[in-house]
Amino acid sequence: MSIELIIGILNIVLISTTPLVFAGIGELVTEKSGVLNLGLEGLMLVGAVTGFITLVITGNYFYSLFLSIISGVILSGIFAFLVLNLMTNQIATGLALTIFGIGLSAMLGKKFGGTPINGLNPYYFIVISFLLVFFVAYFLSKTKTGLIVRAVGENHNSAYALGYNVIKTRYLTIIFGGVMSSLAGYYISICYAPMWQEGMTAGRGWIALALVVFATWKPWRLLVGAYIFGGVAIMQMNLQAIGVKLPGQFFNMMPYLATIIVLVFISSNKLRLKLSAPSSLNIPFEKNQ
Amino acid sequence: MQSIVEFKKIFKSYPGVIANEDVSFNIKEKSIHAILGENGAGKSTLVKILYGHVKPDSGEILINSDLAIINSPSTAKNLGINMVFQHFSLFESLTVAENLILGMNENISLSKLKDKSKTICDKYGFNLNLNSPISSLSVGQRQSVEIVRSLLNNPKILIMDEPTSVLTPDEISKLFKILKNLVKDGLTVIFISHKLEEIINLSDFVTIMRNGKVVSTISTQNEDPATLGYKMLGYKVSKAKQVSDINSSKDIFNIKNLSTQSKDPFTINLNSIDLNLKKGQILGIAGVAGNGQKELMEILLNENDYEFSGDIIFKDLKINNLSTFQRKSLSISYVTEERLGHSAVPEMSLSENIFLSMNHKSEFKKGDFINFEKINSYASDVIKNFNVDTPSYNVKAGKLSGGNLQKFIIGREIMSNPELLILSQPTWGIDAGSEAFIKKTIVELSQKGVSIIIISHDLDELLEVCHQISVLYEGFLSNPLNVEDINITKLGKYMGGLFD
Repeated sequence: MSIELIIGILNIVLISTTPLVFAGIGELVTEKSGVLNLGLEGLMLVGAVTGFITLVITGNYFYSLFLSIISGVILSGIFAFLVLNLMTNQIATGLALTIFGIGLSAMLGKKFGGTPINGLNPYYFIVISFLLVFFVAYFLSKTKTGLIVRAVGENHNSAYALGYNVIKTRYLTIIFGGVMSSLAGYYISICYAPMWQEGMTAGRGWIALALVVFATWKPWRLLVGAYIFGGVAIMQMNLQAIGVKLPGQFFNMMPYLATIIVLVFISSNKLRLKLSAPSSLNIPFEKNQ
Repeated sequence: MQSIVEFKKIFKSYPGVIANEDVSFNIKEKSIHAILGENGAGKSTLVKILYGHVKPDSGEILINSDLAIINSPSTAKNLGINMVFQHFSLFESLTVAENLILGMNENISLSKLKDKSKTICDKYGFNLNLNSPISSLSVGQRQSVEIVRSLLNNPKILIMDEPTSVLTPDEISKLFKILKNLVKDGLTVIFISHKLEEIINLSDFVTIMRNGKVVSTISTQNEDPATLGYKMLGYKVSKAKQVSDINSSKDIFNIKNLSTQSKDPFTINLNSIDLNLKKGQILGIAGVAGNGQKELMEILLNENDYEFSGDIIFKDLKINNLSTFQRKSLSISYVTEERLGHSAVPEMSLSENIFLSMNHKSEFKKGDFINFEKINSYASDVIKNFNVDTPSYNVKAGKLSGGNLQKFIIGREIMSNPELLILSQPTWGIDAGSEAFIKKTIVELSQKGVSIIIISHDLDELLEVCHQISVLYEGFLSNPLNVEDINITKLGKYMGGLFD
């Protein structure tokens, strides 16, 4: 293999992995506060289609980015209201959000499939994704607000008893996670593709969810994990290029297969999982009045 | 002395229960004020109202003669009210320093926090390592963390909810010294307890509560445990009869050199435990909570395939690998600590709960179907024989009061004629009447030749009914002590890990 080929592969890995980093780091913060949001896939698709449509209509990158972010705020805000105030089941609500997002994005984007646009340079986002991981790692481990987020996820009753606003903290982390997912979607439709196609996130939301578990809720491990997954995804193309004779479907399923294998491996050690998972994850908080 | 807190006609009800009714009394500044009452008398609810954790239905609280509307713990903290909870409100996976920072009203740097907490620790004699995670601390150390965390906010009022229930006698006297020094320095302490001696030793005033109402508020000076106890209960409770001699010398149940090696830091590893139980003997296992009681009970039950080395022998049969139901079929019965959710399913009827525990018995089945006639008559017998106050066996288990449910559960197990009965915290959190009934039942059962193991934090209970008591400390089980030779000092030493 020549140097050019290796650099080329690394370049593609960087470009294709960034959405996983965005969505994963957002979900990591949400889960650190004790909420499981399975709606990443839906949030990403809506973020992608909103940004794309706005760009086609206005031609303005700033507006498109802004509206994409707003879509994440609104959708994750609804999710937060349902699971925090109405105390609906987090898993069911998250799944509903994903299904809703898939349907909504398909409907909104129907007329825009195949419309050509000028994509944005992905490298801005790549740099931002690294900074973001650094920022989140610093925030969670060094700041008092980060400590409060961890405390709320660890034991929401104690956090409330100490005078912290559990609901408000979780609203903020859910919305942060929602915005990060929208950004991931925006990146896919504006920088990575750049185009709109129904279901174009292709399960990356689910991989991001698996990444959080893989990373045992630690930001730097999430970054490493994301690039391992990204690498596997790119490897399929190169293996095909080299001429490995296997059906194409096999290569397509490799990232997902890797996800399942890693999850099985991680879950096999119950103790490790128990020690690193936020203790209040997926448990609804009810003030005892 | 001026009143720092005034409760005015506090009323709070929950569905089906009135927790506080017309509660009015004053707490004097710079005093230790105890609130005394049985489990369920409404003490905890009242202080949770003061701390803003629970909203009262009506009534007012005055702080320093000013009306205070306390609708959240943070408002309470701004008024200088801090609370140390019965079940600690610490974060297990965080370090001591992080827990302290979380309790502070203001933002301070780590180095400043270290200085401040060191000053407090030196002054009052706490011993804390700021960098250790909470999960590695003993219960007594955890309480120290909670108290220091409260003191960092310079509170005027410190509420302590049953602070001594998890401490060894040694740790209790240390705590009392600290509290008295704090009051000298201007703090007001509100202290909840149902232990009479403690209240007389420690507090200046006591408010006695019964069934949600205040019976009276008095100075403790002229009181002794007997007079206070009478006021708390409203009647005298007859003690269970001391047990007769054991007739048999034959061992019925043995544990030999049992150890566990779990890597989970949230569990206690058991260390070469030996235990022998004769026919008709009652053995108490004492110890401060969190010293391996849970783990021992899990191994005795074998619900979760806990890994261990050593042998468990019942009537010369090795039962190490037998499942819970196989063990039950050998006539071992269990009463676990959690009534709702473990011993009984709250949403299911009493009859159904009988079947769930007895499904190893073929008489309750008709082929693959449930024989409800048999089960219902079994349930009625339990209700009748064990004084369970319930209209019928179709009532959901969750609707029964703690004491009634516990009588039902214990009755259910006893009626299956066990040869060995293993109980965990049999009278925890239930009314005095049911408690006396259960103790009497246990003693009568042993006289009929049933061997019994009781795991309990309640020393008085064990001293009352057991022949022998062993103490669990950090996974080690002490040699058994005969109840006649026991004094509290010795037991206290054992509970602190100083075995002979």
